[in-house]
Amino acid sequence: MTAELGHFALILAFAISIPQIIIPMIGAHKGWNDWMRFATPAAIAQFLLVGVAFAMLTTAFVTSDFSVRLVAANSHSAKPMLYKVTGVWANHEGSMLLWITILTLFGATIAVWGRNLPPSLKARVLSVQSMVGAAFLAFILFTSNPFTRLGQPPVDGNGLNPLLQDPGLAFHPPFLYLGYVGLSMAFSFAVAALIEGKVDAAWARWVRPWTLAAWIFLTIGIGLGSWWAYYELGWGGWWFWDPVENASFMPWLMATALLHSAIVVEKRNALKSWTVLLAILAFSFSLIGTFIVRSGVITSVHAFANDPERGVFILVILAVAIGGALTLYALRATQLKSTAVFGLVSRESGLVMNNLLLSVAAAVVFVGTIWPLVAEITTGAKVSVGAPFFNIAFTPFMVVLAMILPIAAMLPWKRGDLKRTMQPLWGIAALSVALGAAVWVMQTGGRMLAPVGLTLAFWVVVGAMADVAVRVKLGKASLPESLRRSRNLPRADWGKMFSHIGFGLMIFGISAIMSWEVEDIRVAKIGDTFPLQAYEIRFDGVKGIQGPNYTAARGEFTLFKDRVEIAKLYPEKRNYPVQSMPTSEAAIDQNLLRDVYVVLGDRQNDGGWAVRSYVKPFTNWIWIGVFTLSFGGLLSITDRRYRVASAARKSTMSAVPAE
Amino acid sequence: MLKYLLLIVMLATPVMAVQPDEILADPVMEARARDISKGLRCLVCRNENIDDSNAELARDLRLLVRERLVAGDTDQEVEDFVVERYGEYVLLKPMFSLSNAMLWFAGPALLIVGGWISLVFIRRRSTGAALPEEGLTADEQAKLDALLRG
Repeated sequence: MTAELGHFALILAFAISIPQIIIPMIGAHKGWNDWMRFATPAAIAQFLLVGVAFAMLTTAFVTSDFSVRLVAANSHSAKPMLYKVTGVWANHEGSMLLWITILTLFGATIAVWGRNLPPSLKARVLSVQSMVGAAFLAFILFTSNPFTRLGQPPVDGNGLNPLLQDPGLAFHPPFLYLGYVGLSMAFSFAVAALIEGKVDAAWARWVRPWTLAAWIFLTIGIGLGSWWAYYELGWGGWWFWDPVENASFMPWLMATALLHSAIVVEKRNALKSWTVLLAILAFSFSLIGTFIVRSGVITSVHAFANDPERGVFILVILAVAIGGALTLYALRATQLKSTAVFGLVSRESGLVMNNLLLSVAAAVVFVGTIWPLVAEITTGAKVSVGAPFFNIAFTPFMVVLAMILPIAAMLPWKRGDLKRTMQPLWGIAALSVALGAAVWVMQTGGRMLAPVGLTLAFWVVVGAMADVAVRVKLGKASLPESLRRSRNLPRADWGKMFSHIGFGLMIFGISAIMSWEVEDIRVAKIGDTFPLQAYEIRFDGVKGIQGPNYTAARGEFTLFKDRVEIAKLYPEKRNYPVQSMPTSEAAIDQNLLRDVYVVLGDRQNDGGWAVRSYVKPFTNWIWIGVFTLSFGGLLSITDRRYRVASAARKSTMSAVPAE
Repeated sequence: MLKYLLLIVMLATPVMAVQPDEILADPVMEARARDISKGLRCLVCRNENIDDSNAELARDLRLLVRERLVAGDTDQEVEDFVVERYGEYVLLKPMFSLSNAMLWFAGPALLIVGGWISLVFIRRRSTGAALPEEGLTADEQAKLDALLRG
């Protein structure tokens, strides 16, 4: 029954989504209050119904109901409970259901908490949100039904890909989707604003928290995926410039640009039409990402041609959503006049630079990602675009961004004076360059990555702190006065500092691991001791062990430094019998200075084992950077002005005149 | 996600990336081999270089690269040799050629155009002092003050 109930709930949700598009939109146009109000219960009902469908699918997975095709294909009765649950979204149909669940959840959130929105804007936002919802509900119902039954259920399921049976990856898709779909809110607000013909500070105040929330989720989601790749794939790679990764990275870059430009709309009432365009583009990249991942078009044009149904469906959604929104933009954007004035040297200009660099960087990733497809279609040439291209073509934008960041972040609004802003920064700039030079001397020349990377990292991190130090007059006023000022500093400013520091720390971690990694590949016999940089590793033995749904050979290694034992390491080679698939579990000894990373390879004919070991310097700073980045976002989103905005709803509700 | 699903196929052959027996005795030459390998695509994999790949074919290519290096080829000659044999598809960094011009120039071109538009925009903003400032009305300001005191 569960599957049928879920299917039925989905159909009902689709049935509700259509009037939710039409009725509030007409109501907003004609000024009919009760028509506008229809959006609220409809959005809530849509969410509840989709929620029921999601719960039913989860039930089928948890109870291992193998009469449901999806469960039989992706689950197994011997799988740990956690992975039975996460198995729900570790496949195409289930992940699309998760997508729509989150989408309708956000719609319901606006319905419930959006009482202080102007009624016409709220009605239009929910209508647009329902357009996206209806499109994806139709996609699920017509091409990707997760509730299909099997005529003859198998005794047990096929199980989940062992690589995906990992806590890091279990929560990677939900976070990514919360991010992707969170951007749909910015999109709906942008389209609704274009229809209304009005964008003001209040609009930005609604859009920015949503963008921030989406951005935080995306940051964490991408970070989780990268961390997972680092310890699970067996050689410590953490970013591959894979099309699927790029699919999440492009919306992230656009969301980053958007949350910066929305500040300008909010505080200065400028950059309105650009911000609306960014909001449309950010969600467009989410859709493009979904298309890339779900259609398989980038893997191979032929895979797409063989099973085009899903791909074509998403392509149509893509064309209508992006084309429609951009057409509307072309028609209405001129109405969004910004009248604020600012000088060439000002915070506004700095944020324009930020937007320019981030958008062009996203465009580079986009062109690189689709280039193999474009080349094959236009000239028939088969080309590959991989990490070496992106490292060259993408990195310069981040270098320039890091260079201007501390300065632009400290420039005052409206009109600034470069000399005055630079005053507290000269010393930091000099120190950064000196640090880079010292690094260059220590590594006796060689590649410029580490010296440049460390210079920029130091500059960005300390520059971000200097911003706050100047604001609280640290060292200029008495200490109690500085403390008082720091308490009064808005949380958003602390958020800005933490996020910028996070960016700097990531630059540091990435430059360090790319420049100074040490690798050792060898055949080791049991009892052997071999050197690895400043360490020694002893190979103590290999044991067979039995996991819940796998068997494994577990290597035992002891790590020494200066003849003192500092850690035991147990890398595993696992075999999952259900999929008859081996995976390798690296053993990592982590601290803030370096990771020692050991992987057990194959048994050799002479009785030894292939062993790969690495010293990866400062790797943890990449994840610390990601964490700091999102922590900054969290501080910003809880800033008083957003809390005030939501608290004010009660007091202003009666004051708002009926329109 | 798809990438990892596709990894199944590759992992089905339990060979791991660079094997101990492949490594050249000369560390300088080995380092060159590794550098070249990182730019060559494993032809049966999805967006993976031969240095990281577990596939048999990647191993063959790694050995080929080392063979050519030992025979005295320069890095460029090795690359040319591999491209000659497998086509441009094998390069993870497409050639800097006319047919790839759009790929390589997209970033710089967009930056120049976007930079120019931004500059024009900002200049207009900074000289457009004649436009009235559209701040808050007195009523809105009072409301805001009340909120912030709130």
